[in-house]
Amino acid sequence: MAKTPLQFSHNGRDVAIFVDGGTNLLVALRELIGDMTPKFGCGQGGCGTCSVLIDGELHLSCLTLAETVAGRSVETLDGIKDGPNLHPLQRAFADNFAAQCGYCTPGMLMAAKALLDRNPQPSRAEVIEAISGNVCRCTGYEPIINAVLAAASGGRARA
Amino acid sequence: MPVTVKTFTSTHDAAAALSSDRGARYLGGGTLVMRALNEGDISISTIVRASDQAMTRIDTSGSRITLGAGITFARILAERELGFLHAPARSIGGPAVRNMGTVGGNLFAPVPYGDFTVAMLALDATVSVQGGLGGREIPIDEFLQSRDRQTGALVLAISFAKPGNPDAFRYRKIARIKPKGGAVITLAAHLPVNGSRIGGARIALGSMAPTPIRARAAERALEGRSLDAFTINAAAAAVVEGTSPGDNALASAWYRREIVGVHLRRLLSGQE
Repeated sequence: MAKTPLQFSHNGRDVAIFVDGGTNLLVALRELIGDMTPKFGCGQGGCGTCSVLIDGELHLSCLTLAETVAGRSVETLDGIKDGPNLHPLQRAFADNFAAQCGYCTPGMLMAAKALLDRNPQPSRAEVIEAISGNVCRCTGYEPIINAVLAAASGGRARA
Repeated sequence: MPVTVKTFTSTHDAAAALSSDRGARYLGGGTLVMRALNEGDISISTIVRASDQAMTRIDTSGSRITLGAGITFARILAERELGFLHAPARSIGGPAVRNMGTVGGNLFAPVPYGDFTVAMLALDATVSVQGGLGGREIPIDEFLQSRDRQTGALVLAISFAKPGNPDAFRYRKIARIKPKGGAVITLAAHLPVNGSRIGGARIALGSMAPTPIRARAAERALEGRSLDAFTINAAAAAVVEGTSPGDNALASAWYRREIVGVHLRRLLSGQE
């Protein structure tokens, strides 16, 4: 079966690949572009670790048909740091021990970034809602919530 | 296994492609079809898409509200005019799923999903369908009864009469995990009141049968009566009639039958 050419912006850089029909965006990012930051978790939309931003909106890359991002902007965890400097959310996750095994962390960070991009000062309830599609089996969520609130308040932990 | 992806600008052409190929499935937000592909569903050989703008249009200007089949739950939540539908829209998935999942796709979501469709059933919605031979308007309960045979047709839109009073529409989803989780059961009620009496009551249940169903015995118990404790108890006692819930990891069929009356009583009496 013929492959389909696909062009889109990946973390601000234009990329062009060929995909098989039915390929999901997660496979395209990991296997064709080499961006290993979005993870494969469940493949069902239940865990959120494959979360990416498409035109600034949070999407599950495992449930996104790769061809649907043609001409659009895809942002992954690989693109949120500024050169050698971690993104404030990444720094807050490290400072607040918000990662243990780390497998959920890429999705958690992208879900948190989607929230802070539109609501820089969220409430605790808004943070919980924002990460409600992301499963973590290690932390019990509290350090993650605290990290997002800390990033929102410029690094200071909030009650 | 690779599949063929066909994208059409016209819904007519997309419907023709869907109806002419048994292995064709329509891709809306991807939360059902891409999941099936990820799980290796070899019954899907072709993915059909349509880029017609009409499928992402919301019309609230008249007495009927029309939602294009491609409207996402995030779009519903962004529409102030659709405030009465915010509770069902918000009860679905996390933010990413709400950015992707569509009202058209939700019609096909199996138990324990399909919560928005329960709301649509309580509002007596009509489903606009484009088949290979032309368009049809199908009452939603008829559509759901024949849902397995509808995969060859393209759902264009869902429409329903605007509730005269937003308080006449009520919704409740029972889930073990909050704020996001599959439904133990889902309930929606539309209770238009004429004077002090209910006329045209609709009670819809999710996860109480393979597809969302109307609780007709409970509706009869409400019809023509005022919403007092006696009437609410009668409706709660009757609600299990005609249901056929299944067992799954979230709850057993027995448990669902036991609690549906309790939650209908709470819904009707306005308790949290």
